[in-house]
Amino acid sequence: MAMDLKEIEKLIKEALPDALVEIQDLAGDGNHYSATVTSSKFLGKSKIEQHKLVYTSLKGKMGNELHALAIKTKEKHESTS
Amino acid sequence: MNQQVKDLIDNEITNNEVCLFMKGTPDAPQCGFSMAISNMLKILEVNFKGINVLENEELRQGIKEFSEWPTIPQLYIKKEFVGGCDIVKEMYENGELKKKLEESSITFKK
Repeated sequence: MAMDLKEIEKLIKEALPDALVEIQDLAGDGNHYSATVTSSKFLGKSKIEQHKLVYTSLKGKMGNELHALAIKTKEKHESTS
Repeated sequence: MNQQVKDLIDNEITNNEVCLFMKGTPDAPQCGFSMAISNMLKILEVNFKGINVLENEELRQGIKEFSEWPTIPQLYIKKEFVGGCDIVKEMYENGELKKKLEESSITFKK
């Protein structure tokens, strides 16, 4: 079962509204993605907690419909400009 | 998760300082992500136990509940869940994995 790139982005943004989400379809098969998520919600959290926030936003799809999603999380700091 | 599976996981992470729950075995990994962590540990010459979750469906589901983590592989060092493929890869690349091993008094190639 494949999952649409837009749907992944939508789910992440619903849970983390300030997130910058960059998704790549690694193999072009709609099944192997990589996502870089940048959000202020990650501040002060461990990598494990950050990745769990992303997994939670995908509402149980990870490990099921979504076989392979490589996740990279980055902390978004307040802009000073 | 039933008690038997919980005990099994407890035993493995208690008796093995470095424990990798994976698909396949270190010598014959069945998934690229499992192979990736297994190879990193091999390069660092870490003595670890690979536990093949494909041999036990209850364990395959149980470890996800146990760690509150939806994917496999999962790396444990000294009973602590360190992460899945993405996190361990990042730690390998930025030197945090070596730091973690050192702090945990695990022997590895420096």
